[in-house]
Amino acid sequence: MADETAKRAAKQAQMARQFMEAIPHARDLGMVLTELDAGVATITMPYDERLIGDPDTGVMHGGAVSALMDSCCGAAVMCHPSNPGGTATIDLRIDYMRAATPGQGLSTTATCYHITRSVAFVRATACDEDTGNPVAMATGTFTVEGTR
Amino acid sequence: MSRSRPEPVQIVKQRRDDALAALVARVPYIQYLGVSFDRRGDELTGVLGFQDKLIGNPLLPAIHGGVTAAFLEITSVITLSWTSQWDALEAGDPEGDAPQMRLPKTIDFTVDYLRSGLPRDAYARARITRAGRRYASVHVEGWQDNRSKLFAQATGHFLMPQQRRPDEQ
Repeated sequence: MADETAKRAAKQAQMARQFMEAIPHARDLGMVLTELDAGVATITMPYDERLIGDPDTGVMHGGAVSALMDSCCGAAVMCHPSNPGGTATIDLRIDYMRAATPGQGLSTTATCYHITRSVAFVRATACDEDTGNPVAMATGTFTVEGTR
Repeated sequence: MSRSRPEPVQIVKQRRDDALAALVARVPYIQYLGVSFDRRGDELTGVLGFQDKLIGNPLLPAIHGGVTAAFLEITSVITLSWTSQWDALEAGDPEGDAPQMRLPKTIDFTVDYLRSGLPRDAYARARITRAGRRYASVHVEGWQDNRSKLFAQATGHFLMPQQRRPDEQ
């Protein structure tokens, strides 16, 4: 029984990882999935001059942070043990707490903290190298798809 | 009472188009996503030209949710900035404020995903619901084939750049 659960979790994790790697936009931004475990996902994204939103300071655009947040929250939902299949974003709110430091990459960790038969609830935090001082935080709801 | 003749239409258009182009060209991320703007008078419509790199779900396929959010946020920020410099531009300030104008900063942004973004062009228009001196609130709608069938909408709050008063300089 426990073996079965572990096997299923491993399969889900592998599926989510392959899916992430198959996402053209995530690949284009250089996103790397570094952690994926039962409803928790971590994705990193390197600094890139194409993503600059403020030309005076070189600060990354909020839109690039959105892409990272959305991907990471989706990955967290997909690797949750109660989610049988894919997912889509219903709603995502991002609070931009400070400008990301120019030249530094971002790392986001998302947690799927509650899931029902039809909706997954997710929170995420994005940080640059100053990990104690988040750049942005997100809360979102996602669909739960697949048959059961 | 004498009234000056209205400016020739091509001069008016040129001035407005140049100011808009200067505003949009400054931001590398707008070029990266491939967002451009259509202008009718002071009304702007954001246009996201479809590209394969924007795909988030290769199975459907569908545009990445982050791209949709970014597109709506860009449309909001450019519309805010454009609207706030419009009066100076029309008052005949030749440079407008465009080159020096700092862009509004996003405080928060909330996106409703109403349908999946199809692999084709998308459009967005932002309405400024409140423009204060420090804070602004914006609602933005995105659609693809049918104007009445939104694929996403969003609301956001923005911190407006503080203009220097002339006596400060």
